[in-house]
Amino acid sequence: MSDQKLTISTSPFLKDAATTPGIMWKVVFSLLPVVIASSYYFGVGALVTTAVAIISCVLTEWFFSPRSAYSISDGSGVITGILLAMTLPPGFPLWMTFIGGIVAIGMGKTIWGGLGQNIFNPALLGRAFLQAAFPTAITTWNLPDGAFLDVQASQLAMPFMQSQADVVSSATPLAVMKFDKVETNTWDLLTGNIGGSLGETCGILLILAMVYLISVKIIKWQIPVSILLTVGILSLVFYLLDANNYPSPQFMILSGGLLIGAVYMATDLVTSPITPSGLWIYGIGIGILVVLIRLWGGLPEGVMYAILLMNAATPLINRYTAVRTYGYKK
Amino acid sequence: MNDFIWIFVSALLVNNFTLSYFLGLCPFLGVSQRLDTAFRLGLANIFVMIITALCSYALNQWVLPFAPYLRLISFIIVIASAVQFVEMAMKKLSPDLFRKLGIFLPLITTNCAILGLALFSTNKGYGFWEGLVYALGAGGGVTLALVLMAGIREETRLLNIPKLVEGTALNLIIAGILSMAFMGFAGLFST
Repeated sequence: MSDQKLTISTSPFLKDAATTPGIMWKVVFSLLPVVIASSYYFGVGALVTTAVAIISCVLTEWFFSPRSAYSISDGSGVITGILLAMTLPPGFPLWMTFIGGIVAIGMGKTIWGGLGQNIFNPALLGRAFLQAAFPTAITTWNLPDGAFLDVQASQLAMPFMQSQADVVSSATPLAVMKFDKVETNTWDLLTGNIGGSLGETCGILLILAMVYLISVKIIKWQIPVSILLTVGILSLVFYLLDANNYPSPQFMILSGGLLIGAVYMATDLVTSPITPSGLWIYGIGIGILVVLIRLWGGLPEGVMYAILLMNAATPLINRYTAVRTYGYKK
Repeated sequence: MNDFIWIFVSALLVNNFTLSYFLGLCPFLGVSQRLDTAFRLGLANIFVMIITALCSYALNQWVLPFAPYLRLISFIIVIASAVQFVEMAMKKLSPDLFRKLGIFLPLITTNCAILGLALFSTNKGYGFWEGLVYALGAGGGVTLALVLMAGIREETRLLNIPKLVEGTALNLIIAGILSMAFMGFAGLFST
């Protein structure tokens, strides 16, 4: 009788059917419309950039990971690749994209011990590195020349060579706002008929992706909602104070990388806080930093830096918002 | 009023002494293993910076016009005595923290961030209140950098860091990434 096997274990007792690959591939699935939209607006060059970023991320991960621990099928490298590509301007040289992928995975993920260990969002880290290393290339938004199948000449530039191609550069809505104080209309922002990085043009798709990811419980709704609310409320206050100098709230929310950042980068399961109140602090912090950098900073866009800075603060947030364990006295 | 806000934010974020000017890196890398130690070293830094700002203002006002060649040496003496004071006070009030800070407390004496503060505020021609706000911003910036770094480093103890980068290499990489993230503040309030 006494040899009846009882399994004694500690919490968690309720287990979910979700697996890491399951979550990752769902995110990839939700990104597909965004990728397709980017190729619709910027031609096949956008797909080439995405492919190069994915290959670079997956190769780097394969190269630096211990053979026993590495599995390409978990899809996390693919997500980093797609997200990195979505933050780059169209016509960004492919060799720079490749370097961005190496930095994103190498410095953003493998040195921390691989999947689930990193402090900073890998894709944004790669993007920040590219911004520091190639400040001109990454702020040149080339207009697509209209033909779907044309790959832009600037994309094929050789490493460390100046591209000889003539490009027509366009300004992004945020840059136009910052330097000329002209606001792009909301409908164009929603449908993506604007200049910008690959994945930040079509607002509707990103909002749909957010709804999908929240409904399948992959991202925590508190993070995007708190970021968007903070940015909306703060910019509304300044808009009401001085409508000539400050952009309207709907413009602040729909333009630039705020939506893609709030939906995909800030909600990274690994680099965002784990406590309930921490999620709000994190989101509000990102919102405040975005408004601060956009309205008074030297750069037109600050979503990337805002998220990286709050990633850096995440260990502190987790620590000071820790929930008291049931039955545990301090 | 706007000037004071600008001076404060500039020293705190845009021209953060640790992450943009790379001044005073030794305590930043040396005493950031634990959050509470790092935070209190930051406070000690703020204190020494405020004393330095007050004294350098007095020196600039009443001594250095007559003996300009004494600038460096008088700043260093002021800083050294301020640190000595902090050290004695800490030994008396918090021997535990005194032991934890170890060599890094007397090292504030030759910390480039502190001497840098005195020299910068002299070069920029800051008056009494401006110098004080500048010292608060700079000290706050150093504390902010220390606390962020310590938070991340405490977290890395739970991670599966590869042997190759464990320790100093990873700390330098974290410092680099933090500095990269602080680039986002470039040009803040400059227009």
